[in-house]
Parts: sequence; C-alpha cells; structure tokens
Amino acid sequence: MGKVSQRVVHNFLRHDKKFPHVWCAGCSNGTVLGTIIRAIAEQNLDRNNITMVSGIGCSSRMPVYIDLNTLHSLHGRAIAFATGIKTYKPGMKVIVVTGDGDCTAIGGNHLIHAARRNLDLTVIVINNNIYGMTGGQYSPTTPFEAKATTSPFGNFDTPFDICDLAIGAGATFVGRSTAFHTIELQKMIVDAMEHKGFSIIDVVSACPVIYGRMNKKGGPAEMMMAMRDNSILNTAAEKLPPEKVEGKIIRGILKKVDHPEYCERYAELCTKVKEMQHE
Amino acid sequence: MARNSQKPELVLMQGNEAVAAGALAAGCDYFAGYPITPSTEIAEILAEELPKRGHTFIQMEDEIASIAAIIGASLAGAKSLTATSGPGFSLMQEGIGFAKITETPCVVVNVQRSGPSTGLPTSPAQGEIMQSRWGSHGDSPAIVLYPASVKESYALTIRAFNLAEKYRTCVILLMDEVIGHMREAISLPDISEIKIINRIKPTVPANWYKHYDENQKYLSPLASYGEGYRFHVTGLAHDQHGFPTNKPTEAGAMMERLEKKIVHNIRDLVQIESYMMEDANIAIFAAGIMARAAKAAVKIARAEGLKVGLLRPLTIWPFPDDAVRKMLKNVEYVVVPELNQGQFLHELRRLVKSTTDSKLIGFQRVNGTLITPTEILQKIKDVL
Amino acid sequence: MSKLLFKEIRLSGSGGQGLILGGIILAKAAVIDGNRVTQTQSYGPESRGGYSRADVIISSEEINFPEAIRQDILLSLTQEACDKYVLDLKNGGILIVDTTFVKHIAVQAPNTYELAFTDIAQQELGTQLVTNILSISFLVRISGIVNEKSFEKAIRESVKPAFLDLNLKAMKLGFSLASKEMKLRGNNEEIEVEGK
Repeated sequence: MGKVSQRVVHNFLRHDKKFPHVWCAGCSNGTVLGTIIRAIAEQNLDRNNITMVSGIGCSSRMPVYIDLNTLHSLHGRAIAFATGIKTYKPGMKVIVVTGDGDCTAIGGNHLIHAARRNLDLTVIVINNNIYGMTGGQYSPTTPFEAKATTSPFGNFDTPFDICDLAIGAGATFVGRSTAFHTIELQKMIVDAMEHKGFSIIDVVSACPVIYGRMNKKGGPAEMMMAMRDNSILNTAAEKLPPEKVEGKIIRGILKKVDHPEYCERYAELCTKVKEMQHE
Repeated sequence: MARNSQKPELVLMQGNEAVAAGALAAGCDYFAGYPITPSTEIAEILAEELPKRGHTFIQMEDEIASIAAIIGASLAGAKSLTATSGPGFSLMQEGIGFAKITETPCVVVNVQRSGPSTGLPTSPAQGEIMQSRWGSHGDSPAIVLYPASVKESYALTIRAFNLAEKYRTCVILLMDEVIGHMREAISLPDISEIKIINRIKPTVPANWYKHYDENQKYLSPLASYGEGYRFHVTGLAHDQHGFPTNKPTEAGAMMERLEKKIVHNIRDLVQIESYMMEDANIAIFAAGIMARAAKAAVKIARAEGLKVGLLRPLTIWPFPDDAVRKMLKNVEYVVVPELNQGQFLHELRRLVKSTTDSKLIGFQRVNGTLITPTEILQKIKDVL
Repeated sequence: MSKLLFKEIRLSGSGGQGLILGGIILAKAAVIDGNRVTQTQSYGPESRGGYSRADVIISSEEINFPEAIRQDILLSLTQEACDKYVLDLKNGGILIVDTTFVKHIAVQAPNTYELAFTDIAQQELGTQLVTNILSISFLVRISGIVNEKSFEKAIRESVKPAFLDLNLKAMKLGFSLASKEMKLRGNNEEIEVEGK
C-alpha cells in the first residue's frame, strides 16, 4: 500500500501556475506536501470535495501549490476559517496545514477549541521549532536553550508538546511523525483523514537554513538523519527501559478514540429541533 | 401585493430582533459569533432559529474566530453573519480586511456601545463611525449602513446582505445601543415582496474560471468551494485567478478594483433621508438615534417658526458627499449632534470650502447618555 | 383616534424587579390599542440589583425621540430611582412609588400614589416576584394609559404559562387597589383618560 506514482503527484500540483515555490532548499515543507498528496491520492477522494486551509508562515504557503479548493488565510486563524467551511459543508474534507507558531502561539485558542468540539478537521502541523518566514524568532516549540534571533542567549522559555496539548484539549486523533518517515507519515495522514473527529499530526521537520544554522544542526541531510536517529515509535518505546527513551522524539498514533463528532451532533440537534416543532 | 386586503399585523420587536429577522428573510444560513453586550440578542435568536431551518449557528471561542468562520462559510457558499460590539469589532478588523481583499461576501453587525476599551457596556455611543471605515489596516473602501429605527434595522439588514452579495465584500451594519434594544411595533413585509440579491454564479468551465475577473465590470461571478472550480483564496495581493503576486501592475489593479467597485456605484450604495430641507437655513446632520433626537428638534423648531431641516445618512460609507455639498451650499449653519468626539464633524469638514468656514457646529457627548431634542434646539438657538 | 396622544412613562427601580418586562407588556398593550409605541431601557451590568429603568412612549403620531425625559407617569420602586427621576415628572404628572423601599419623596406632586407594593405582593400573593405586574396594573387603572383588556392580553402573550395565573392575580389586585385608592380620593374618574 501507499505506492503512488510521481505522475499522480505532478497531477496534483499547480505546476503551470505557481512554481518555482518559495521554500528554501532542504526545507521539509516540500517533503510533507508530497506526502500529503500521496495520502490524498491513495484514498481516491474527489478532489473537488477537499479543501486545504492554512494560516501564515512558510508551511502555510502550501495551499497555493496544490490543486484542491485552497484557502491561505490569516496568521493563526486557519482552524477558525476551516471551522466555517466544515460547519457549513460537513461533507467537505478539510485539511489544515499550519506551522508551530501559527498553530500553537497566535492560533492556540482555535486549536484547543476545535479539539474540544471534536470537529472533523485534519490538522497537519509542520513543526520546525522556529518562525522561518520572519527570519528565525523562537516559537512555542523551540527547545529549551536553543538559539533564535529573539533568544540570542538561548531560549529560556518553556516549550509546548503539541501532542500533549491536543490530547489535553480533547482531540480524538493525535499522532506524531517526522519529515524523514514519509511512508509512516503518509499512512498516518490517511488514518487521520479517515478518522471521524478532530485529528492532528505533529510533523517534526527541519529548517536547515535558519534554525539548523543558528543551532549548528548541520545541513539538510544531517537534520534528516537526526530525525531518524533521535526518534522512536511509541510501540517500541513502551518496551524499552526509560533511560533508553529519554530525550527521544516519540512517534506514532498517541491517541485515537471514538467520540461523537461536532457536525454530526449538530445535524442531530437540527433533526430534534424540527421534530419538536412538529409536535 | 398579496396582503393588500388585510391590515398588516403589527409586532412589537426589538432592534436586535429585527436584525435577526431581517437576516433570516435575506437568506442568512450561517451565523458565528461570541457573546457581547449589547448585541447578544441577535446570537440568541439565531441560535434558536437557524437549527429549526437546518442551518448553522456556532458560538466561537472569540470574535477573531467568529469573523474567520463566517468568511470560511461564505467561501463554501453561505450567506453568513456575525454580530458584535466595540471590543469584538476591534478584534474583527483584520478579518474584515481579509473579507474585503478576498472579495468574500459577509455581514458584520456592530451594535455600538461606549468605548474605548470596555467603556460603558450598556450605554449608547456612536464611536465607530471612523473605525467602520478605516479600522482594518491598509486602504480598503467600506460599505456601512446605519439604521434609525426597528423597522429600518430589519430593512437595512436585508440590504446589507444584498450589497454584500452584489459587491462581494464585507458589509457593516452599524447600530446604536438604543436602537438595538428599543422595541417598536413594525409590520414585517411578506417574504415574497422582499428583493433578495444573491451572488452571481460562474457558468464557464472550471479551467476558464477567474475568481476575480477583471472583464466583469468589478462585480465578477463567485464560485464556492465544492463546486468543481478549485480556486485559491489568499490575503496576499493576488492576480485575477487569486494567486499571490508581487507585480506592481497586478497588485495595483487589484487595489484599484476594490476602490472602484464602491466609488463607481456610489448612487446605488448611498441612501439619505432629507427632512424639511427645502427651505431650511439651518440643517442638522445626524444618524441613528441622534437623527431621531434631531427630527424631534426639527418639529419643535418648525412649530416655533424656525427653518430647520435634517439630513440623515442611512449609508454612512461611502459618505454622501453630493447631498452634503448641496446642504452646505443651501444653509447657513449645520449642527452635528453625535455621541462621539466629532467623527461626523471631521468628515463634514472635508467638504467645506475653507477651513475658516464656521458653518459647522459640532455637538458631542460621550458620557453614555443621549443628547435630547431640547438640547439640540437650544444649540440651534445659541447659533442664531 | 381623533385625539392627539403623546405620553411618556418611566418605570424605574433596580435590576431583577421585572421592570423591563413590565415595559414590554405596557408597550404591547399600546400596540393592541392601535397606538404607536417605543420602549427603551437603561440598566447597569448587574442582572440583580443596580439600577434599571424602562421607558415607554405611547403616541398617536410618529415617535422620534424614544426616551421618556419629561414623564407623564413615573413609577419608582426604589428610593434611588425616585430621587433620580422625580424632578423630571411633568406638572400634573402621576407619581407612583413603592413605599416598601421609597421612604422620602423630594417633591410634593398632587397625583402621588404611595403603596407598599412589594409588601402587598408578598402578603397577598405570597411572592415579591409579581411586584412589577401589581404596580403596573395599578398604574394602568389609575392612568387609563392603555385599555385594560389589551393589557391583560399583553400579559397573556408575555408571561410564561406556568406563571400566568399568578400574574393575572397580581393584575386584578393591582386594579382593585387602584379602584380603592380612587374611591378614597373621592373621585371615580380616572385622572387621564386619553389612552382609552
């Protein structure tokens, strides 16, 4: 499973309109875009019935390149715009592509409330631990002591764990993968899109040009290798002693529960209200 | 006229109720909002009415989310509405700009209360005359309607939806707290008698579709998500297809289009009421509740033999320049009562011939109470 | 309607006394009578306590300014409200106060009615909740500002079914208190009859 030809990927791109893209060489955004396309193609969905919504930032430039219904909205507000689309057209598949700053700083309130509602959105957070578009300021996921232009002495602020945050807020599907593990990520995106309810994937990714350089993480290849070497599947981690898991990025589906979805519950409410009127 | 034979039924209705009723009559099928005094009744009524019709009501986490949700819903085909007051209106400004640059129809109701900040939450003020025009960053023209009665709240809400659909923009209905909470008896027109305008839908094949078609005289067809057009929408400067652009020619064309679709249709957009202005040598310029106080003042003044008239804008933006110029030409003085620190007065100054012209008499109050008819009359007498 | 009618009524007290609902009922009755009406209110941020007032203007003509600034009828259920508005009462206007809370009246007006509405509601009807209907019914019979049948209809339209009987009882009590008061003053005629 999961095999999608390059021709199909090409077919999903707005290659005649908006290329070359804005992303730096070595950036994970392109890899994630390819993975999202493969995940969509694999499901044989009607692409007229998929909307991709983003906020502002490097990753949020993604909708312009992909041939779906696309909305490049305001900084932090992607989930709120997506809520409008989804609650008006519940039959529409809605994917939100966002970054760590967009989703968890300025957009944090919308994230937790969409999770609380269990609205059927698939949120893909391309988490590169930095504000790339504005030149490298620290974000809510920048690790402790990491360098950024606004943390020149090392980040003294405490980072968020996006998955913990989403779980706490009531998300019913929470997963983490990396830009290195594209096969795993592709499958996880498919699972998330098929999940009825709020799904979110924290995609650990690389910004070699800004974050990598400022923190001496090496080039794109080294940063990809680090994703491979410093992460571990949750199922494997469970079997290891804590000291072997310490400091590793935990990948995998971290939560998946069935809970009534917002639009379905709203439709039920409408039916109930109409029945009450006829009584 | 279906109901000519019988006397129309009068119902006692609040201004905010009339807004909700007007929205439903206009075909509003989506509301997202956040509770705030003194606009909350609009949300409360629609929370009850929209589910009955199988339409969507959603209470969002804040006003920023509310404006975002109604724009998202509109892109998916909804006729969408949000209602708020001062603090929420401030939070919505970025979203309002997004609706304008992306030419997405939607209606925002702002039932004004005293500001700045939390101010006097239950008291009337007219503090957002300028914010409703200039509140969002960057240049973008605005359509802002201003009712003065419960009946007009109903009618102008319908008109707000019609103009939003026709001009593909965010239309603002600016209300006074007093009008929002006031009850008056009105007779609702038969739904079949109401003129409803809906956005023009494209008929071209998907690959010919331009989300912002320059050949369509500023008012181009609008597809919705899910209809097969797969268009792109961005708050960046964009070309006719909606894709981002850095080219000055394309960005300039976009800005010009936003401006011209309002400016070139000013006759369609502007509505004014002119009361006893034919022979007036003193005019009062006022909107909303202040126009009602002014009208009462005109009546007393006329009974005393004073030639006083009233010019009342129902559309405050675009500003009724022509009517105001004519007024300024014909009268000796213009008294401008308003519940702010001179926002209308400031705009009127733009239209007087010289800055030393003393024709304009401001009358402002910002303590949460109204200026009464007697006080306006006294102001007129002081001038004479 | 041959006679010109223009009456300004202010119902004043504190939040939770049901004055805004009372104003709505009065306004509805005026609509049933075929008159024009505006009903506005001013209140503090509190749901209970604080100040609250409902203005009703009833007219045979278009009403421009909707605030009752020179009242023909003033109802005050608290001392604070009475102090605040009594000086705005028109000459010859009707002042009705609830002596449960109003202990002093700043001016002596000829048409002043002082009754302990809240105490009466508690004693006769077992609850203070209907003080609004009790006192406004009193106001209606004394002033004749709206038709009593229209007023009853407006109560029926506005009050929750579970509380209707109680409110109608309060209405009847209010009417009879007014009749008694009028008899005491030796005139059976209502002071203002224009609203009929």
